[in-house]
Amino acid sequence: MIEIVYELIRNGLLQPLVSMLVPAAIEVQALYMLEILVKILAILIPVLFVVAYITYVERKVIGFIQGRIGPNRVGVFGLSVWGLGQPIADALKVIFKEIIIPSGSNKFLFIIAPVLSFAPSLAAWAVIPFSDTLVLADINAGLLYILALTSLAVYGVIIAGWASNSKYAFLGAMRSAAQIVSYEIAMGFALAGVLIAAGSLNLGDIVMAQDGSIIHWFWLPLFPLYVVYFISGVAETNRAPFDVAEGESEIVAGFHVEYSGMAFSIFFMAEYANMIMIAVLTSLLFCGGWLSPFQGIPVLGEPSIIWLLMKISFFLFLFLWFRATFPRYRYDQIMRLGWKVFIPITMVWVVVVAVLVVAQVGPWFN
Amino acid sequence: MLENYLPILIFLVLGLGLGIVMFVLGYFLGPNRPDSEKASPYECGFEAFEDAHMKFDVRYYLIAIMFIIFDLEIAFLFPWAVALDGIGMAGFWAMMIFLGELVVGYIYCWRKGALEWE
Repeated sequence: MIEIVYELIRNGLLQPLVSMLVPAAIEVQALYMLEILVKILAILIPVLFVVAYITYVERKVIGFIQGRIGPNRVGVFGLSVWGLGQPIADALKVIFKEIIIPSGSNKFLFIIAPVLSFAPSLAAWAVIPFSDTLVLADINAGLLYILALTSLAVYGVIIAGWASNSKYAFLGAMRSAAQIVSYEIAMGFALAGVLIAAGSLNLGDIVMAQDGSIIHWFWLPLFPLYVVYFISGVAETNRAPFDVAEGESEIVAGFHVEYSGMAFSIFFMAEYANMIMIAVLTSLLFCGGWLSPFQGIPVLGEPSIIWLLMKISFFLFLFLWFRATFPRYRYDQIMRLGWKVFIPITMVWVVVVAVLVVAQVGPWFN
Repeated sequence: MLENYLPILIFLVLGLGLGIVMFVLGYFLGPNRPDSEKASPYECGFEAFEDAHMKFDVRYYLIAIMFIIFDLEIAFLFPWAVALDGIGMAGFWAMMIFLGELVVGYIYCWRKGALEWE
């Protein structure tokens, strides 16, 4: 389906456009660049759309969990379709708000901090495979690239906290950075477990290594790593119940307390893009990506992007569910969980996985 | 091989560009009426009486040091994990010995109280 639409766009729109505007000598290169651009937009626009609407879904889901109805006023063309216009209204409002740059701040760092946290959260999507052929950059070091870019997120946080020259922002940035860094170790060990099991850094190969039905996926042999990875992902994105960095009851909003208007919402979008990223990675690495849980059964067992989207939605729902049901952790509890519980678990299980792979234990590693 | 990285480069540039465009858009579309009260750093009720770049707890520094050690360890694990099929039992045991040494260091950190937060 997606391939057909893409062929139509390429043959019907890009090729005539290029042959009309560009001299014949560089026509091939120009077409190649335009194709890449179209593919990037085909990823970027849905991601930004989901980022906008996950905020709506979040308010709606948490509303229902608490027995409220959530946003229900802003509609489209006078119809209040369950408040579906809310994210658009929010975006418009936030664009027209004043961006305050505090007098004591380091202006240059203050301005680039949100951009620094936003760019990597989008660029990480370049290597995500959506099916065995639908991938923008099919590189061999895919997982390494993801790890590198998700690690960059901490720079945005720490630069924002430092440049604001506000005590709350500073405290929030210190807490947030220490927390992100702590959980990254457990996350790294969990990823090492996946690598041992799959034997490749290429995300598409990792998914194909899980070929088979639901019991062949890596969540079963790597179960502790799977749980640790997802919880670390929640902590990495500073989501509840690990959101002490912005604990509104003590340090107001943490590292972005001085940011307003669009500058704030860039941070906000980066956080949600990272959250979706964690959901996608958990589905790809542990839950078989686009593979069907009923492989072997006709029709239902076909691998398809629908399965991937369903898995992503499930993990995104877990994020919202956590936020609605768990009280916030205390900071020392968070650090204890990261350093004294998750790291030993993952270290032990990496060894267990290595032994399983060396001994070729079935049905996963034979 | 390397041309696979071109889309990544374009994606990165596009991500940076989008961030900058959104910031600039917000800056020019919104009002811009700063006054000394509004532009002062936020603090509950009164004016800030010292610079916010103050001393902070040494434990953050400890966390940073330990992070570097453990993160390097993970960097060592990655190539080993990918190549485990081809390096046989010698490669397996080499990493087990290395991990064993890391565990000794980890236990030392724990016993010294570097992982405590209270």
